[in-house]
Amino acid sequence: MARHPATPAAAPKVRVVTLKIDGHDIGAREDETILNAANDNGIRIPTLCYLEGLSEWGACRMCVVEVAGSPKLMTACSTRVAEGMEVTTNSDRLQRYRRTILELLFAERNHICSVCVSNGHCELQSLARACGMDHVRVPYRNAAYAVDSSHDLFRIDQNRCILCTRCVRVCDEIEGAHTWDVMGRGVDSQVITDLNQPWGQSTSCTGCSKCVQVCPTGALVKKGTAAGEMEKQGGFLPYLTEMRGNR
Amino acid sequence: MSGAPKITLATAWLDGCSGCHMSFLDLDERLIELAEKVTIVYSPIVDTKELPAGTDVGILEGSVSTEEDLHKARMFRERCKFLISLGDCAVSGNVPSMRNTYDLDDVFDRAFIENAQAQPQRPSESLPTLLDTAIPIHHAVAVDLFVQGCPPPADAIWFVLTELLAGRTPDPTQVTRFGA
Ligand code: SF4
Ligand code: SF4
Repeated sequence: MARHPATPAAAPKVRVVTLKIDGHDIGAREDETILNAANDNGIRIPTLCYLEGLSEWGACRMCVVEVAGSPKLMTACSTRVAEGMEVTTNSDRLQRYRRTILELLFAERNHICSVCVSNGHCELQSLARACGMDHVRVPYRNAAYAVDSSHDLFRIDQNRCILCTRCVRVCDEIEGAHTWDVMGRGVDSQVITDLNQPWGQSTSCTGCSKCVQVCPTGALVKKGTAAGEMEKQGGFLPYLTEMRGNR
Repeated sequence: MSGAPKITLATAWLDGCSGCHMSFLDLDERLIELAEKVTIVYSPIVDTKELPAGTDVGILEGSVSTEEDLHKARMFRERCKFLISLGDCAVSGNVPSMRNTYDLDDVFDRAFIENAQAQPQRPSESLPTLLDTAIPIHHAVAVDLFVQGCPPPADAIWFVLTELLAGRTPDPTQVTRFGA
């Protein structure tokens, strides 16, 4: 019997809901996140661990928003829209919290931008500027983390890592290698290759460089780059996922 | 010329490379305009030996790394009405703070013994006592304005100073950033 391959089997009907974001009336598909709905309507919510084309993680908390009626802050990247929702994305309180998150990230490991290969091309650095984070109030931890240069082409400097797990997700979800994962707890957490073996000895790494390109900071870099020379090309991701039919 | 009293300005560099002061001098001909409104009462670029009490604006470059830096930072806070941290070393510790993950003994050995080409030995006099860690100015004394950059571009310094002279509080993140 002939089938119609072009017709997807009983596509579920997606309802459209209406909500308010920063006072604007907005229509969005009910399966959309607040972040997507805001983006589609030109409202920018700061993000760090979120990356279009990868699964939602909700770890960095930069995208927290206020939802009327809820005492809790919600992460816009992982909260679905709902009918009648009233969202505030940029109150004084949210701006203060975002600055504090950035301060804690800068204080946790080493972010001396002036000597960093990613200086001038770093998402953490530009967010600090965009959010007006102009100094860190908490004490710097001054803890030293490892640098692994064992890979032929790339280097991981844990001192610049903010544990966004973009590398873990891109390697697993897009490249299918799952070389990266996270080990340890709290401030001792770090991303590892294989079973915490040197990256250069990894048998699963294909050397594709996707992790390097999506890393928002100077943690994952190409070898041979000097201060300010590491520019990343993360734009391939939404294209790749779309071409694969969002699978 | 109006009879309005000039604003008094003091600058100093602590643990920094003087780059921020160079950037200040890069104001070039704007320095003349500045000199019409501002008197520099204490700075590495003038000859006064004593920071006058009641100075309007103090600008500090560099991090606090020694007992002497700490003393200067406190003196600036005490004698200046408005204190500015100029540049990444002052604002975040920056390059001087890269020693912070090492033991102070190792830092001394590295600087004066391992890398010495003649007479490797630790200095025993004339150097101010090093603090355990290099810290930003505002971790030692209260700071009123933070100007990032390594160094902050002359245009950013000009923006900050002219806004202050106009009686407004500038937002330096509009014109500079960490590592700029
Ligand atoms: S990773 Fe980004 S924020 Fe950290 S030092 Fe490098 S440029 Fe600065
Ligand atoms: S290495 Fe980069 S991409 Fe991976 S978790 Fe750290 S900051 Fe994120």
